[in-house]
Amino acid sequence: MSLAIRRRLAAWGFLTPMLLGIIIFFIFPLVMTVYYSFTSYNMLSPPKWNNFANWKHLFGNDQVIGKATLNTLWFVAVLVPVRIVGALFVSWMLTKARRAGGVFRTIYYLPALIPPVASTVAFVFVLNPGSGPIASILGWGPIKTVLSWVGFDNPGFFADSSWAKPAHAFLALWVLGDIMVIILASLLNVPTEQYEAAEIDGAGAARRFWYVTIPNIRPVLLFATITGIIAVLQYFTQPSVASATASGNMPHGAGAGKIMGWPENSTLTYGQLLYQNGFSYHNLGYASTMAVMLFLVAGVVMFFLLRRFSDFNPEVAS
Amino acid sequence: MTPRSSVALRHTIAMISATAIFTLGLAACGSSDDANKGANAGGGGGACNGSGEVIFWHFFEDREADVITEAINNFEAMCPDITVKESGGQDDDVIIQAISAGQKIDVALSSAGDQVGVFCSTGAFEDLAPRIEADGIDMSQIVETAASYSEFQGTRCTLPMLTDSYALMYNQDMFDEAGITDVPKTLDELADAAVKLTTYNDDGSIDTLGLMPFTLYYQMTETNFAVTVNARFLNEEATASVIDSDPGWPVFFNWQKDLIKRLGGYEKLNAWFAAIGNQWTEENDFQTGRVAMMFDGEWRTAFIADQAPEMNYGVAPLPMSSENADLYGAGFLTGNVIGIPQGAGNADAAWSFIKYMALNEDAQVQMGNGLRNIPTFLPALNSPALEVDEHYQVFVDAAFNPNSMTIQSSLIGPAPQEMLSAFIERWQSGTDTDLTAGLKNVSKQVNDQLSLAGVG
Repeated sequence: MSLAIRRRLAAWGFLTPMLLGIIIFFIFPLVMTVYYSFTSYNMLSPPKWNNFANWKHLFGNDQVIGKATLNTLWFVAVLVPVRIVGALFVSWMLTKARRAGGVFRTIYYLPALIPPVASTVAFVFVLNPGSGPIASILGWGPIKTVLSWVGFDNPGFFADSSWAKPAHAFLALWVLGDIMVIILASLLNVPTEQYEAAEIDGAGAARRFWYVTIPNIRPVLLFATITGIIAVLQYFTQPSVASATASGNMPHGAGAGKIMGWPENSTLTYGQLLYQNGFSYHNLGYASTMAVMLFLVAGVVMFFLLRRFSDFNPEVAS
Repeated sequence: MTPRSSVALRHTIAMISATAIFTLGLAACGSSDDANKGANAGGGGGACNGSGEVIFWHFFEDREADVITEAINNFEAMCPDITVKESGGQDDDVIIQAISAGQKIDVALSSAGDQVGVFCSTGAFEDLAPRIEADGIDMSQIVETAASYSEFQGTRCTLPMLTDSYALMYNQDMFDEAGITDVPKTLDELADAAVKLTTYNDDGSIDTLGLMPFTLYYQMTETNFAVTVNARFLNEEATASVIDSDPGWPVFFNWQKDLIKRLGGYEKLNAWFAAIGNQWTEENDFQTGRVAMMFDGEWRTAFIADQAPEMNYGVAPLPMSSENADLYGAGFLTGNVIGIPQGAGNADAAWSFIKYMALNEDAQVQMGNGLRNIPTFLPALNSPALEVDEHYQVFVDAAFNPNSMTIQSSLIGPAPQEMLSAFIERWQSGTDTDLTAGLKNVSKQVNDQLSLAGVG
């Protein structure tokens, strides 16, 4: 056997585990999902080919998917920047702390350690307009009067269709510790000489932040953006738990599909609607159609994001 | 290929690979297993056939799971050749996924009758008719309504194992304080009492509420309201929605809208709702006196005995619309169904266990007393050992009532109820004001789902 063949076999040998993983856990499920998207399938009977019925329903008849898509886009557009900007602000503050920096780092990071279900339940109780501590503070005489002038009059938060999504933004802001630690590490790595040089050149704090800090931490911000978008496109647990808790139905899981999106489908996400169709209504064929659509949209978005920002490309970045 | 185009190609390949990896999670998410020892009165619940291990999946947890474990222990004592390995906390979604994945489950307990259509029509659960016939089981010994929701279009793939019954519960002290002496029997009387029982704070907000007319408030569900107006979701064959044509639904919707207005409007009610106490804890609004009346199931009597033993309350049948006043006494029944999933490894022993759980008087009484659910086996329901008080008796009477309604099972599970519920939310808030168009729309959505499921 020639050296070239042996090298090729060795290469294939090293590649095989990864290739098997990709085929079994990525290509096969993807192909099957695409196939199911053209069938009527309930998991218990063999799938029946139904041509483009699922796709026609997706684009023409589904009256809830528009709402679910808009809600999901709202979460992407608000939760991702809110978490990143919030984490950037907290990290920047922490770099300025002269004492007890470790204590503050721990305090800000702790909420990220709490399981999403527990943190959501806790947050719903904190924001409960009847018995929550926030309601007590907001309902105190002078504060209540001032807030009512600006239309912030005892909001129902998770129980109010106008406030449910913003309440999720508050929750997301509270658990920003995971992003905060990587941004903080990145901020501490910015060379101090660059700040000194900028200062000598007459740059103020804002200009130093914009022209020195941001370019240095850009790869971390891009990472936080991409992972944030992917996570929010799959946003499921927090709105499900918040709806069940705020509607007084926790912890019983029966009829969970009915509670999803409550109140008035204001927090119904694309992922929840997909689950509802697939596992509550037993239309897994249609749920597969939704999954394929999500895959395509997310794929295109990621493709363009990675193309636009070259920070993850070693050749360009160097 | 030039070096420049080679680099560009590598970048493109790298980007496509990265994109594929980033979206891998999304794809996975989207595509995301012989001895007769009991008193059975024709039920056959004491026969031990088969041997070995029976794998039993059910949804109960905590205190309620202990009651099931006690029943299993009693069964194993009666049938020493059979051991039951139980797995609690398994809801219907998990059971269906496990069956489709080929996982061996010998006996599965589902919490809701609305899945029976899927279980029976797909062959996911074994048709029990041959076993019932071979054992000579007298099906008239099962509560009629429970017998109806545990089969689908002539295929009996499950047996009922305890049922839930719903009624109107009211705070007697609040009734006395408001001077209400007669329990509401019609929806109009219910609305009048609700207005009379409601009190307001100085700022105009609601303090205590007579009745919360919103669906999704605890058990004030569209299915319970369906009983009050004698309305249906699907046609008899479960192939098409009748939500837009059933004359009962507009009666409910107009009654609800009128009551919301009389109680101060949606905003006031929603602000009160926002401070809701958890249904399953001592914070339950009925138990704390925040609300004077509500629809609830028989289990509430057990919760009150445990969490608010001093509470002075009463139970009465669900009120009816004036058009259906003659149906007063009827309730809504739905409950647990038990069957043998396809691919069961020990079906004969499984059948012995099912007969014990569903058709053994002692077992049904023990579980009925422990869970405070209604036995579905008539000898158990008539047993002197069943602990029945004046409150529980109302639920039992509803179970016997021939006019009591149950869930209409179909191939799309709870979709009809959930889709109507979503419209009710928009209707009660005033987001949707065209009732006729709204109901037509709900019907269309239900029919679309049925069509996607290959029905009709």
